[in-house]
Amino acid sequence: MGGYNPMRRTLTTLVTGALLAAGPAMADLTIVDTSYRTGPYAANGIPFSDGYQDYFTLLNERDGGIGGEKINIIECETGYNTEKGVECYESTKNEDPLVYEPLSTGITYQLIPKATADEIPLHTLGYGRTSAKNGEVFKWVFNYPANYWDGASVAIKHILDQEGGDLNGKKIALVYHNSAYGKEPIRTLEKLGEKHGYELMLLPVDHPGQEQKSQWLQVRRERPDYVIMWGWGVMNQVAIQEAVNIRYPMDHFIGIWWSGSENDVLPAGEGADGYKALTFHNLGDDYPLYDDLRKFVVDGGKAAGAGDQLGTALYNRGMYAAMLAAEAIKTAQEMAGTSAINAAQMRDGMENLKITEEKMAELGLPNFGPEFEVTCSNHGGEGYAAVAQWDAAAKEWSLITDYMQSDQDVIAPLIEEDSTAFAQESGIEPHCD
Amino acid sequence: MPDTLIFGMEVFLNGLMAGVLYALVALGFVLIYKASGIFNYSQGVLALFAALTLVGIMDGQVPFSHMINAVFGTDIHHFGWQVPAVFAILLTMVVMVVLAWAVQRLIFRHLIGQEPIILFMATIGLAYFLEGLGDIIWGSDIKKLDVGLPQGINASIDELTYQWFGYGFFIDNLDIWATAIAVILVAVLVAFSQYTKQGRAMRAVADDHQAALSVGISLNFIWIMVWSVAGFVALVAGIMWGTKSGVQFSLSLIALKALPVLMLGGFTSIPGAIVGGLIIGVGEKLFEFLVGPLVGGATENWFAYVLALIFLVFRPQGLFGEKIIERV
Repeated sequence: MGGYNPMRRTLTTLVTGALLAAGPAMADLTIVDTSYRTGPYAANGIPFSDGYQDYFTLLNERDGGIGGEKINIIECETGYNTEKGVECYESTKNEDPLVYEPLSTGITYQLIPKATADEIPLHTLGYGRTSAKNGEVFKWVFNYPANYWDGASVAIKHILDQEGGDLNGKKIALVYHNSAYGKEPIRTLEKLGEKHGYELMLLPVDHPGQEQKSQWLQVRRERPDYVIMWGWGVMNQVAIQEAVNIRYPMDHFIGIWWSGSENDVLPAGEGADGYKALTFHNLGDDYPLYDDLRKFVVDGGKAAGAGDQLGTALYNRGMYAAMLAAEAIKTAQEMAGTSAINAAQMRDGMENLKITEEKMAELGLPNFGPEFEVTCSNHGGEGYAAVAQWDAAAKEWSLITDYMQSDQDVIAPLIEEDSTAFAQESGIEPHCD
Repeated sequence: MPDTLIFGMEVFLNGLMAGVLYALVALGFVLIYKASGIFNYSQGVLALFAALTLVGIMDGQVPFSHMINAVFGTDIHHFGWQVPAVFAILLTMVVMVVLAWAVQRLIFRHLIGQEPIILFMATIGLAYFLEGLGDIIWGSDIKKLDVGLPQGINASIDELTYQWFGYGFFIDNLDIWATAIAVILVAVLVAFSQYTKQGRAMRAVADDHQAALSVGISLNFIWIMVWSVAGFVALVAGIMWGTKSGVQFSLSLIALKALPVLMLGGFTSIPGAIVGGLIIGVGEKLFEFLVGPLVGGATENWFAYVLALIFLVFRPQGLFGEKIIERV
């Protein structure tokens, strides 16, 4: 014990050599997928993570990576738990990741100061801190193509369309998860209420949201003209079932994009028919890219999950997030003149990302998402979103509107105000390089 | 009659119904605590596991299909048949009895005589194990559960109350069924524990393990029986809650709703679980209705605990709990 052992030394050398040779390439482009495949929110975390990883796997299998560099995906389980999410970040940040997609508003809030200090970009696709759109303050955070306030505004725009442009005297209820996430749209909806003359009724639901009888009895008593929902997980399913129970008209019930997956409507069966939800990307799998995903990833046994989620709302969202990251990598590679980019160069790529319909069609995703452009001062895109509606018989979502831009007259000052306050608290001097 | 009073009556009735659903979860805790002195942390997960198993059997899902497909490269998910709800419930009960046997055989048989905190810790481990096992066997997707229980507004009550008050009350048909089932369940459980040989043996074990053993009562058998009955109660709770929200992993969190009920009703009383559930249900709903709008709403979760604490100040053992007198 403890003495010199030539066999052990030989084995150690062999193992070390094998690891160095076969490891996922030391110069690879590393992406961390902070997923949640366990716990109460696993049903939503799995399809997103599957889509996110499958897209990168497709690029590796079909194209040999991006710009000749293989993509190395590190998956870290957060359980949708903020502490675990931070642990994931701390345990992987030394692997030279190019970008984090935390997939949780709570985790995002914790990571903003850390990632800023470590100079690693965060992409928070349709979640996180809304005012991070101001890139002059949040240099390392990006929330394109749309944020919560865009969502609130687009919901009101849709209601305006339904009501012939006049909301005077109307009552709109917000049923929301009683958390920082759920409270995000309140200020925007209040401001829009002042502008359009509707009354806003606030109905908070405590976590996790399995019991909502009080809220829906109130909806039944006060009969708001529309209900907007900001929910997640079981809160969504219960809210939709309660709305069905009180016979609330489902086409007057609009969820944010995190309340618009198949998981949310299927438990309510036929009753959920007509329920609406916002989205910033298209739905289904009728795109050329999905043929490649099946051919190179699923059929080859390389799918991140069971390969049964393709075309679901959350799979598409995860895939879309990965596609946007991949396009930012390409942009960064062009700008840096090297394929082996680092996190700082990735940030530059994200800040100069331009998504056009032509580019989307080339990628096999025609009409999949809105065009947008990221700049130094605008890390959130133009704020376009559309409305999808659930067809219970066909068990599928379909877009019923074009992409609409949020009301920038209302939202831009709110973002300016919030981000400026953050800059003052944090001692940040807003600037563009 | 003033509108507030009419609406308040509707809220009161819905609070009673919600309380029954809370009590269904609390009953499982009471049964195990009463017979073994174990605070079963895994009761919420038992409800989830039972509901997952029920849906899996009803839908003809292949157990462990994800694992089988990953290992063997197959693509099997379902057997292609549907099992009627009644048979599926019976089969699920068989699974819960086997589970009870396994829990006793593999865990608690080895912990006889240990401190209550050790037994409690074991149930925490059991909860995590069962949650993972349920995921591996049945997958983590959200499943629709339909055992034929009606849902939605009860038209008769709606019409009747409209005639009386000019406003139709909303009472969910599912809640009415849950109430009826809970009443039957409690009656059967009380009769079982009072009037059957096994029930008396269960109470004897609860009073004193050593004394029960000395008169020939099999501790193993009683504990397997109690865990089986708790599994059945968990199945009923899983059906009721799973019908409302779909069967999903957050179902295990319904245990949070049972804690204030237990604090209030007492850990050792079956009627206490029901009465505690009703008080919590009505109390939190009325508070939300009357005070919620003044304080920004979402009061139900914390108010239930505050209400339970108020009761504890005056009756530490809960409304129906056994008063513990320790002489020095």
